[in-house]
Amino acid sequence: MRRPVSLCAAALLLPLSAAAQDRPVLNVLTYDSFTSEWGPGPQLTAAFEQECGCDLRFTAPGDAAAVLARLRLEGARSTADVVLGLDTNLMADAAATGLFAPHGAVPSVDLPIAWTDDTFLPFDWGWFGFVMNRGAEPPHSLSELADSDLRIVIQDPRSSTPGLGLVMWVQAAYGDEAPALWDRLADNILTVTPGWSEAYGLFTEGEADAVLSYTTSPAYHILAEGDDSKIAPIFDEGHYLQVELAAKLAHAAEPELADRFLAFLLSDEAQTIIATTNWMYPARDVPLPEAFAALPRPERTLFLPPDEAAAARDPAIAEWQAALSR
Amino acid sequence: MASRTLPLIVAGAVLLLILGPLALVALQAQGGWGADWPVLRFTVLQAALSATLSAALAVPVARALARRRFAGRGALIALLGAPFLLPVIVAVLGLLAAFGRSGIVNDALALLGLPRLSIYGLHGVVLAHVFLNMPLAVRLILQGWQGIPAERMRLALTLGFGPRDICRHLERPMLREVLPGTVIVIFAICLTSFAVALTLGGGPRATTVELAIYQALRFSFDPGRAASLAALQLLLCAGAVVLAGLVAVPPGFGRGLDRTVPFAPAGWRRAMDAALLAGATLFLTCPLALIALRGAPELASLPPAVWQAAARSVAVAAGSAALTMTAALILALSPLRWAGLVATLPLAASSLVMGTGLFLALWPLTSPDALALPVTLLVNAVLALPFAFRILHPPAQAVRHDYGPLADTLGLTGAARLRWVILPRLRRPLGFAAGVSAALSMGDLGVIALFAAPDAPTLPLLVQQLMGAYRMDQAAGAALVLVALSFGLFLLCDWGGRHGSDL
Repeated sequence: MRRPVSLCAAALLLPLSAAAQDRPVLNVLTYDSFTSEWGPGPQLTAAFEQECGCDLRFTAPGDAAAVLARLRLEGARSTADVVLGLDTNLMADAAATGLFAPHGAVPSVDLPIAWTDDTFLPFDWGWFGFVMNRGAEPPHSLSELADSDLRIVIQDPRSSTPGLGLVMWVQAAYGDEAPALWDRLADNILTVTPGWSEAYGLFTEGEADAVLSYTTSPAYHILAEGDDSKIAPIFDEGHYLQVELAAKLAHAAEPELADRFLAFLLSDEAQTIIATTNWMYPARDVPLPEAFAALPRPERTLFLPPDEAAAARDPAIAEWQAALSR
Repeated sequence: MASRTLPLIVAGAVLLLILGPLALVALQAQGGWGADWPVLRFTVLQAALSATLSAALAVPVARALARRRFAGRGALIALLGAPFLLPVIVAVLGLLAAFGRSGIVNDALALLGLPRLSIYGLHGVVLAHVFLNMPLAVRLILQGWQGIPAERMRLALTLGFGPRDICRHLERPMLREVLPGTVIVIFAICLTSFAVALTLGGGPRATTVELAIYQALRFSFDPGRAASLAALQLLLCAGAVVLAGLVAVPPGFGRGLDRTVPFAPAGWRRAMDAALLAGATLFLTCPLALIALRGAPELASLPPAVWQAAARSVAVAAGSAALTMTAALILALSPLRWAGLVATLPLAASSLVMGTGLFLALWPLTSPDALALPVTLLVNAVLALPFAFRILHPPAQAVRHDYGPLADTLGLTGAARLRWVILPRLRRPLGFAAGVSAALSMGDLGVIALFAAPDAPTLPLLVQQLMGAYRMDQAAGAALVLVALSFGLFLLCDWGGRHGSDL
């Protein structure tokens, strides 16, 4: 296996140069789990390339926050046409860069909230929730969770989007009372991990009773593993909403292709692929597998609009940090 | 060999790779400088505790290994290379399987009716760092013991020295040279700890400087703050290296005939050594065995992508080990006093700042995806340099002092000198260093993530992808492949070095 590196690099570059000569290329910047072998990336690529006569190329510098950081580093010189995977908590920061352009006309979306923004297009969404094993007595609210003996794992809001989601959730549900709830939750928190996968790993290894994830997480275990032992109990305060967004860059080299891709993202085919590989609800009402569709849904949706979320973020993280550092 | 140009070129290249990216990130600055005292205090505290404890535990274990001969000794010495090569998340899960809330230690305590222990907190962070780094310290210190010439030991025994006299006249001077460097390496590793500290720290109390850098570059996008924190990390490390340099004194044992004589005192010392070795073996093998048990059932059903990624990782590891060894040998043989500082700094370099800076330097020129593997190779080579240097430096300097004048008189220079004088005497440390370098660059994730070519991942990246896609079982299987390959590479080089040398 001792091949010279230049050969490796050449092998990597060859398809690029060959492709660049005859077909237009659409560059999409997204987060890593979207493009991995098990995410929506490969199937979406196959489906879109069939209808567009182009090459779809994904670049993934890390998680959603890393995508935004990459974009800020590149600025107007970015080679990306479309950015996919920022969420509503990052949207205000993304809009403030001024790098995005409104997209062409697209079909309307079905979300728990009204969506009016014409730059950022929702392609899937979910509610944050705590995933636990069936059998234990599930709590019915954040407050009950705080009073229970359950040991939970959460993610750090300073390095992870779900972690930030939980801080926003508590903020939206409790407002000025948020620090008091964090104080009560502190003894339930077994530990805080840098990212989602470490936390979920700790839960599946039996180290923790519950983990912060999405209410749709059990769908993966049912559909992919045939395992219905995982549940995500519904809480009375409501659940915080995460909407994942795609947007076209103002200086895209392929603006028409970018518009076509955004429209394609909301097609029945793409929406079905995304739901069952990204394990989030589709942004348009497409038929879902029975187990997925039958998952319990929250009665109340909590949501801070992007501007409020951006303004609330730093103080809310500071409160979280103060409460858990005691 | 004594020429100064080569070491200067190598040192310059290393510094450029560490400071260049930092400067590029700093140039992006929009925010202010910031130091966060609680974060800094926790970072230094856990690193100092981890380093001190690792070294304190490593000395008696290394002494036991040096003075006893028993069946399986070679295997145990080889096994010491394993924990340190584990990818962080694998190590953490292995430790939790042993010491966690539902781990076997707590289950055993519960059976005995004793209260359960919590691993989360400062003590958990230190425990993990000791698990990861103590074996490395044992190997480094063991080298020192093996470097005591047989002639001195024989003389001591002829003079009727007891264990206490041997300790005073031979072992302590040797430790004085080896120990400071060992402590500093571990201190610097723990200084940049990110995932271990966060996952086992139990909450934001356990925030390290590296996490603050991560936050500054990700959510608040404040490159100025990130660069200043990264510079602070480098300064801390540089200060520690300078301090260690003041303490460390070469023992000046003089030349021997390249053999060792074991000194094996009987009685209670024998029992103590046996107990020490048994305890250390149990502590190290328990989490490793649990990792293997967890991953083994998945091996048959791993996706083909795992094997492709494995091939990619091995290629990168081989290339970067070759680079590391060349640079380390040049620096270790050089008479320059500050070579040690240059060769230790990469440990304290923030991988996120380094990756971001390299990205800023390269992306205007070409697509980052295309450079993912070459950049990984180069960066891993630099990140492994401190270990290779630390392993090679004491013996290389001893060879230079002991044989340099004679070789000069004989006009033995260049390749011939390397072949006849230096390489035969450095065979064992060279093998060990090559093994560590290769295995380290198998497991490193720090920089590649930013340059990731999602369709051509290295094995550590693939493990992460599997975990990110809910596939924890397959991730455990792929992690086992990664650990087995890293350890295999390490064994191959290490054995190659030890084979044919009676040390």
